[in-house]
Amino acid sequence: MSVLTLECISQEFGGLRALDSVYLSIEEKEIFGIIGPNGAGKTTLFNIITGIYVPTEGSLIFNGQRLNNVPAYEIAQMGIARTFQNIRLFNKLSVLDNVRTGSYGVSHSGFMAGMLGLPSSRREEKKILSNALQLLELVDLADKRYEYADNLSYGEQRRLEIARALALEPKLLLLDEPAAGMNSTEKEELMRLIRIIREQRQLSIILVEHDMNVVMNICERIAVLDYGRKIAQGTPEEIKNDDAVIQSYLGAGA
Amino acid sequence: MDAIISQYIDAYYFRILILIGINIILALGLNLTTGVTGQLSMGHAGFMSLGAYTSAILTVHFAVPFFAALLAGALVAALFGFLLGLPTLRLEGDYLAMVTIGFAEIVRVFFLNFEPGGKAVGFSGIPQVTTFTLVWILVIIVIYLNYKLLNSRTGRAMYAIRENEIAAEASGVNTTQLKVLAFTLGAFLGGLGGGLFAHYMFFIEPGNFGFMKSIELLNMVVLGGMGSIPGTILGSIILTIAPEMLRIVQDYRLLFYGALLVILMIFRPNGLLGDVRFYDIKKRFSRKEVKSCQS
Amino acid sequence: MFFEQLINGLTLGSTYALIALGYTMVYGIVQLINFAHGEIYMFGAFAGLFLVAAFGVNIFWALLGAMAFCMLLGVVVERIAYRPLRGKSSRLSALISAIGVSIFLSTLMALLRGTNTTRYPQVMSDKTFHLGSVEVSSMQVIILLVSALLMVGLQLMIQKTRIGKAMRACSQDIDASALMGINVNRVISFTFAIGSALAAAGGVMVGIYYNAVWPYMGTMAGLKAFSAAVLGGIGSVPGAMVGGLTLGVMEIMGVAYLSSSYKDAIAFAILILVLIVRPQGLMGQKISKKV
Repeated sequence: MSVLTLECISQEFGGLRALDSVYLSIEEKEIFGIIGPNGAGKTTLFNIITGIYVPTEGSLIFNGQRLNNVPAYEIAQMGIARTFQNIRLFNKLSVLDNVRTGSYGVSHSGFMAGMLGLPSSRREEKKILSNALQLLELVDLADKRYEYADNLSYGEQRRLEIARALALEPKLLLLDEPAAGMNSTEKEELMRLIRIIREQRQLSIILVEHDMNVVMNICERIAVLDYGRKIAQGTPEEIKNDDAVIQSYLGAGA
Repeated sequence: MDAIISQYIDAYYFRILILIGINIILALGLNLTTGVTGQLSMGHAGFMSLGAYTSAILTVHFAVPFFAALLAGALVAALFGFLLGLPTLRLEGDYLAMVTIGFAEIVRVFFLNFEPGGKAVGFSGIPQVTTFTLVWILVIIVIYLNYKLLNSRTGRAMYAIRENEIAAEASGVNTTQLKVLAFTLGAFLGGLGGGLFAHYMFFIEPGNFGFMKSIELLNMVVLGGMGSIPGTILGSIILTIAPEMLRIVQDYRLLFYGALLVILMIFRPNGLLGDVRFYDIKKRFSRKEVKSCQS
Repeated sequence: MFFEQLINGLTLGSTYALIALGYTMVYGIVQLINFAHGEIYMFGAFAGLFLVAAFGVNIFWALLGAMAFCMLLGVVVERIAYRPLRGKSSRLSALISAIGVSIFLSTLMALLRGTNTTRYPQVMSDKTFHLGSVEVSSMQVIILLVSALLMVGLQLMIQKTRIGKAMRACSQDIDASALMGINVNRVISFTFAIGSALAAAGGVMVGIYYNAVWPYMGTMAGLKAFSAAVLGGIGSVPGAMVGGLTLGVMEIMGVAYLSSSYKDAIAFAILILVLIVRPQGLMGQKISKKV
């Protein structure tokens, strides 16, 4: 059963074709990698899936529902969470509040209930808090929960973004270059974390990443984008031995 | 109640205390829009004037009870806030600033030509029924509700919009809806403050609610710390007292306001208390766990 | 009657256009509503007045002198109040700083000269030309001619010169421009200088035309000119010209055929309507948000 299906997605900016007839199908509980050189259209693809761009052509189907023209916040509420390549945290909020805000799309108390402190809102707040604390435990930031987000180190900020995304209780998690700027120990930790998340939360993950080691290690399937077109798809083994991929991307060194 | 208090306080300070209270209510309204949600509103005086004129016309011309008139004034202001915010809050922040200035100007010109409001001459004979007790009871209620709101899911999402709109959307926040909500609530408090002001001053004119009044209110939010309730209260207190204390240099007041804004933005863009959190203070004094972390 | 009002509208509109150009150029490059721009215009008007009153110069020297003075003032304002904030503060902070400068400058002038209106001395003999049944005053001719000249000059400078090319590059992408070796700070200073000079020209001519200058003249004119810039499409130089002329004509027509008591509300009603219906303005391009 596929969670997300992209059918013939194309995206044009002015005359530039950033994505050209891309088909993708993400299965339940799989870790799916997307690789490709800079400007291949990887982040554009994420922006289309999360509703920031409306694709010029093609359709997106998530759990049987069409995502075209659905606003970004509704897509988030439907269960697609993401992190950003250039980290986008709520800098002047505490680490804890970043994660608590992440659960906005799956909580429901209105502003009146919150303002008047009605029991329904208090109960929900309690749940939000305990979920957030659990997630901070998971990404190992629990003892920094009262720090401002922008006081964290780079690697910590990347982990916080993951925790915030998980607060949305997503069925599909999009990670945009989560290993960027991490050293090799941090990368090991990250891979372990991604596997734990998938097991614990039973969700599908799409991973855009430049680090071949990370991608090859944790992804079950990989798609390769080049100039907006998908040039290959398969298991890590298949991708490593694909001629087109080697030529256009992996190069001689790989 | 007022009679008892005024026995102990000099009439002059009594007046300042009432004005401080009214300004706190006004500034907390603006703080929701600009400080918390990050949408620059420079026409808060327009909402104040809607509240002031609506409530005054109701009490003077229609003999409506004061409380009902006060509420009606706040609701009219909120309605205009909603109607103005709905189409414009989709726009980028800077445009909103201009729209709010334009809106406040239109309101001012409207009341300059509005017969029941006394036109340019001003509106006199408003019953002076705003009391010290009433103002400060309302101040406490408004502070409490503000505090509860900002520590709720809705409040956090409002801060999130200020911090990073795209990330807020990705967390499921309908940013337009919450911006309109913040703007409407801000307008409501603007109208409430306006009603209190009218029934304390017993004479109002469109000039009371000009661009400079909007700037003065904005200054209170910016000086104290954008998004911070204690900061906004502090800003309101300082900027209500300062011109009174500095009567001698009244002429230079605006010069000071202008310079203050520039200097604050360069050296302390978050205001006096904007990035001081009670958590940090508590941490400094004790090693115990603290629960809340909202600034 | 209609054509006379049209000339009046175009005269007023071309002064709006001169001010609007400064807003739009600065916004195009640093995405800042330079709130103090209206005050620069006001200082221009006073500088011209000073030159005429103190040295008895003719209108053209007054114009040039005021433009030179405001160039300097614009650059100084940018240097003190905006540059320290650039890059490290939010746009909200920069905008608030600009509001601060605006208040500071208008109050400063009020303290120096008092809040009353000062009349301009007689600068030139007032002739009236007849074009068929339409009457046009010599000052109107001068305003229209000088504005047209300045706007054509600006267009040439932006399109043909090296610094113009740098300005266009910066308005496309300021970071990339810096990487390409453009001295971004210099381009920004230059933009402020040019915008301020145009505003000063507007100030002097409006001062002579209406025979009045006062310290708060910049606030309303600035707000209206900004409305004109938005109407035309902020960031677009031709847009500011078209927006200014359109707004001037609409305002004069509104006063002539509707009511004069709502004169100041017309510009703002237009601003709000434009932003609701067509936020990119008449000639602006729709920009999608960057992620």
